[in-house]
Amino acid sequence: MTSGVLNLVLKRLAIAVVTLLIVLFAVFFATSMLPGDTASILLGQAATPEAVAGLREAMHLNDPAILRFLRWLLGLLHGDLGTSYANEMPVTALIGGRFVNTMELAGITTLLSVPLALTLGITAAMLRGSLYDRTVTILAIGVISVPEFMVATLAVLLFAVYLKWLPALSSVNEAHTLTDLVRIYAMPVITLTFVISAQMIRMTRAAVIETLSTPYVEMALLKGASRGRMVLKHALPNALGPIVNAVALSLSYLVGGVIIVETIFNYPGIAKLMVDAVATRDLPLIQSCAMIFCLGYLLLITIADIIAIMSNPRLR
Amino acid sequence: MTMARVAASRRSLLGHSYNLVGVVASLVILAWTLIAIFAPTIIPHSIGDIVDDDYFGPMRQGLWLGSDYLGRDMLSRVLMGARYTVGISLAAVCIACFSGVVLGMIAAVTGGWLDTCLSRFLDAMNSIPSKLFGLVVVAAVGSSIPALILTLAVIYIPGAYRFARALAVNINTMDFMTVARVRGESTAYLIGSEILPNIMRPVLADFGLRFVFIVLLLSGLSFLGLGLQPPLADWGALVRENIGGLPFAAPAVIVPSLAIASLTISVNLLIDNLPQKIRDRDA
Repeated sequence: MTSGVLNLVLKRLAIAVVTLLIVLFAVFFATSMLPGDTASILLGQAATPEAVAGLREAMHLNDPAILRFLRWLLGLLHGDLGTSYANEMPVTALIGGRFVNTMELAGITTLLSVPLALTLGITAAMLRGSLYDRTVTILAIGVISVPEFMVATLAVLLFAVYLKWLPALSSVNEAHTLTDLVRIYAMPVITLTFVISAQMIRMTRAAVIETLSTPYVEMALLKGASRGRMVLKHALPNALGPIVNAVALSLSYLVGGVIIVETIFNYPGIAKLMVDAVATRDLPLIQSCAMIFCLGYLLLITIADIIAIMSNPRLR
Repeated sequence: MTMARVAASRRSLLGHSYNLVGVVASLVILAWTLIAIFAPTIIPHSIGDIVDDDYFGPMRQGLWLGSDYLGRDMLSRVLMGARYTVGISLAAVCIACFSGVVLGMIAAVTGGWLDTCLSRFLDAMNSIPSKLFGLVVVAAVGSSIPALILTLAVIYIPGAYRFARALAVNINTMDFMTVARVRGESTAYLIGSEILPNIMRPVLADFGLRFVFIVLLLSGLSFLGLGLQPPLADWGALVRENIGGLPFAAPAVIVPSLAIASLTISVNLLIDNLPQKIRDRDA
């Protein structure tokens, strides 16, 4: 790696850090805009003004916003996410187990959707214009154009109502055998896989088609290389950068997807936790969950950008 | 919606051979627009009236789309839902695109630190996943209709800004821009009379795409119970309140989903089928 690429990558990382700070700032301020005073909400309507004033003092609510923001940031660095308003538990304890659940869901979905989407995307590009290609493209556009909850409800209708193969709700605690486990994860994973794959198929197909139209692929065609060799040997290695980029970008759609999927299937992950926290206006919990999601999303986007930089031979 | 009408009229004026998919898509969009405008006068039952003894009733004469979880007429509720889904989304996309495009053009024309700060800040906003952004803002400002419109608009301003700025930067390097600058024209004139006419068509296509995103996000929020609050119900909220009918495959849960899909797929198909032709004709 030459210093040019290194510089670009470092610059991209610096941008990611600045972005993260702005995002944290936005999350903090959006949540501190809440109407009503936190202290009086916590103490209820019967609280005396003295008690409210005391709690405000104790919670440092009288300090300027910027100071509270810095204190919150410092707490984050120490791994202290604050205490939930709703049930007085440390946020870290609430999030811990659920974080693992969400990562499991995301991990299994990634393992399934990446090979599936790449195969469909690359073959569709190879057979461009065929009935197969058109079917895949139309299906992908269809899935992208509808809300995630519709994909989920259709999956429930198909697999749980008509075919009766799977239960409609997940409950991780009841998993005892491997079959139980498969039955629990099946529905959320199927839904998420559909949502993520649709994006990935479109981007992969576009990337391969673009490479297939370059002069060197035409050269390979002219010198008599077979179709398979032309795609696998000449086009794919050059499309690899854009494809990996497409994968990383599509995975960032997981963030939006899990919020809906965890809610509809009652899956005990952090997205469900966050939606519940929004309903009860539990600030520290909302802030922490939002931060985790933004972090994951930023990480994926930054990886996508760095891969795009590294895969560009003109920068090497 | 505006985009659909503009595009359709352009085509008929220039006598272009029409594309079946594009025509069907514009008809669906037109139909939903009319329904959104005239819903209160065409609904067969009041949306609050309980007209069926049974809940999650099937489709039958008189109750063409069945009944919901309380036995209310589903057809009326879906038609009224169009009002909220289309109306809120349209208002939000107008605000988002207007502010985004104006800011984008100003940034491109002015350049310098204003451009840098604005771009950096809006790019950062862009890297907050939209659904998450929606959740946080709704938690903060609540979900009244004006708050929802503003929330949705704010979420999609960065995207509109980025798109318009990229286009405007290209136009900004043209000779006629230099000439206009030498003439001493104001920034308002530059963006309104020199840049805007040149980026209008891609901006309109972007308007349509962003409308789809906003419809999807609004439905998603309402589905989570954080969008429109009862007794008002848009299509996402209709799916949410009738989700109990899913195990019986009740029309009450399927029809609002189909309504959303018909609208978003139509707008997507219309955009897919139009810009290429417009570009070809101009080339």
